[in-house]
Amino acid sequence: MSAPFRILIVEDNQADADLVREALIDAHVTCAITTVSDGAQALEYLRKDSTHAGTDRPDIVLLDINLPRVDGFEVLREMKADPRLKCIPVLILSSSTAGADVRRGYELHANSYIAKHADVNEFFASIHRLERFWLGTAVLPCQTTEGAGAA
Amino acid sequence: MSEGAKPETIILLVEDNAGDVDLVLEAVEHFETPHKLHIASDGSQALEYLAACLDGEKDRLPDLVLLDLNVPKTDGREVLAAIKNDDRMKHVPVIVLTSSAAERELLQVYRLHANCFITKPTDIDTFFAMFQSLERFWLRFARLPPPCGGHAHHAEHRPPRPGVGQRDIEGGIQV
Repeated sequence: MSAPFRILIVEDNQADADLVREALIDAHVTCAITTVSDGAQALEYLRKDSTHAGTDRPDIVLLDINLPRVDGFEVLREMKADPRLKCIPVLILSSSTAGADVRRGYELHANSYIAKHADVNEFFASIHRLERFWLGTAVLPCQTTEGAGAA
Repeated sequence: MSEGAKPETIILLVEDNAGDVDLVLEAVEHFETPHKLHIASDGSQALEYLAACLDGEKDRLPDLVLLDLNVPKTDGREVLAAIKNDDRMKHVPVIVLTSSAAERELLQVYRLHANCFITKPTDIDTFFAMFQSLERFWLRFARLPPPCGGHAHHAEHRPPRPGVGQRDIEGGIQV
């Protein structure tokens, strides 16, 4: 695939967002990364509302749970109920490892749930593992002409 | 779930092709994660197995489902929809494995809330590498929903030997 993967990071912690971005670049992933810092912005971006009208939808979303304005679970619920957005894979990236949060994420149709490591090296490694599977092994909807147009 | 008490991972493989079942059995032999593999050789057997889990007649629900789309009796898409439309088991991650990535099929399964889609490589080495990648991500890295649903019968299970999973052939496939 020659076009870069478009990745949306929904993360209010700037340091974590920067780490994800650095880890993806370090993994030599050809990707276009967009970061938004709250759930409302994420939905505006995905729906191409207001200032995002000319943007492309992402191929994959990395979603924190604890976000200002609209939390990650609500973003997920709205995405997976929207025919235009439901096929975009959403990977929850959260510091919560509570079983109830993990289960709720999957019940709302998160595609996967990854725990954020507090240790920077572990955090970096976890983004590399995520990248190897999702951008290397799995086939994403964007890897179709129809999916690229729809998503 | 504490790390020390982590139970074996229960995987349901829904696959009718005996050759592919053999390959999966060989691939999961190399898994480092303790696991128990159930095999259903058609979609109806898979749904019967899941219903029995929910009724407490079998193990707890599987932690992960590996689903071939083109299986007899009940199609893989129907199995996927049945899992993802049932509040009691919609949380169970379903990985769709199929031999062809037809565009419409790929979009359809993501819209049905498959957790991910993987094409089966025809080359054996690549097939094993794909399963290694799958294990590294889904069994050793990603958080899976905590076990629940149905009744756990761990005490009745033989503990797996280190690095070796248990096999439970649900269908008529002889291995």
